[in-house]
Amino acid sequence: MILIISLCKEKLHDLEFVKPIEKVVSSLGEKCSVKNYIEVAKTDLEKADKVLLSGTSLMDFDYFNHMDKFSWLKDCEKPVLGICAGMEIIVHEFGGKIEGDGKKVKDKVEIGANSVNFEKDFLGISKGKHKVYSLHQLGVRKVGKNFEVYAKSNKGIQAIKHRSKGIYGVLFHPEVYNHEVIENFVKIN
Amino acid sequence: MRLGVLFSGGKDSVYSAYVAKTMGYELSCLISVYSKNKESFMFHTPSIRKTKFQAKVMGLPLVIRETEGRKEDELKDLETAIKSAKEKYKIGGIVTGAIGSVYQASRVQKICDEAGLECFNPLWQKDGNAYLAELLDNKFEVILTGVFAYPLDNKWIFRKIDKKFIAEMDVLNKKYKIHPAGEGGEFETFVINCPLYSRSLKFCGGKIIKEGENAFRGEIKLK
Repeated sequence: MILIISLCKEKLHDLEFVKPIEKVVSSLGEKCSVKNYIEVAKTDLEKADKVLLSGTSLMDFDYFNHMDKFSWLKDCEKPVLGICAGMEIIVHEFGGKIEGDGKKVKDKVEIGANSVNFEKDFLGISKGKHKVYSLHQLGVRKVGKNFEVYAKSNKGIQAIKHRSKGIYGVLFHPEVYNHEVIENFVKIN
Repeated sequence: MRLGVLFSGGKDSVYSAYVAKTMGYELSCLISVYSKNKESFMFHTPSIRKTKFQAKVMGLPLVIRETEGRKEDELKDLETAIKSAKEKYKIGGIVTGAIGSVYQASRVQKICDEAGLECFNPLWQKDGNAYLAELLDNKFEVILTGVFAYPLDNKWIFRKIDKKFIAEMDVLNKKYKIHPAGEGGEFETFVINCPLYSRSLKFCGGKIIKEGENAFRGEIKLK
């Protein structure tokens, strides 16, 4: 079972940032369960085989006020994929630095189709330039020492992975373009 | 949160408003951009000037902005309309009926970002067939007011979306890659009745105009 954790403050945004992820996961015949990050209990994490952290809207930074809700990440031995805001949380929890700390950084804003250069293969995306869908106002200044950068756009870091654990992050939205990222994450043994 | 609905009168904008309302959000106004350009990238919808009839039965004020429909200028006109709706109706966000068009969705996202408004796309990435069935389940009466892709022709104009339509679209999707919900611009629609209306609009036929080899537009008459 895949646990999809919604980072959306507004319930209406779940339809835009969570439902499309659920659609890709379900298309593989995988069962999933959805919980908002405020409501996630220890038992939800125990029951899950893998965890996906969703993105949220451009103006929603509410998760920065509740970082204590993600303290489980540091000890998590299960595969985790963070999308957009989900990646920012992973970066933050593992000692990296987010540009702006919850406030819009004008020169980091990316909205729409965008080109990203993958320095090596990443969850089904091969090395080289790829089109992605971006929707974010913040950027990643640096990742923690246990993380490796896999892809960058001209505005900064776009894909990361923990050096020894199955913890991944993408700043772009693979539920729009690049479904293979979610599909390959779901298929990890 | 008070919301303004980016409103063309077609199934996607009306249904997205319906979804927002059923989830407890307050609809404060509708926003329509009337484009003079039939090839408009953002706003070419055959029945756009009929949105005032829908606004009336929805009991909502309608913010109208006319645009010449030139590619980037029409976005400035949309921005003006959204900003004036924000000021007049104190909205905190915009709802759109975007399903899959990154071109349209990202432009509205940018305008909302500049205007300091939340942007909601409740139909984003929705499956076409499931969506059409959902429209019927929720008692939406929708007719086609334009077709713009082979093999759709004038016989499809004013057809109602019903179970037969969904079955036929499924066949056309497999054979000709027609998107079942018309997301590729294959067809345009108009909502005659839905749970947001105080009464049904009366559709009294209309004129079918040929606009090109595989393009027909229906000018509907309403009471």
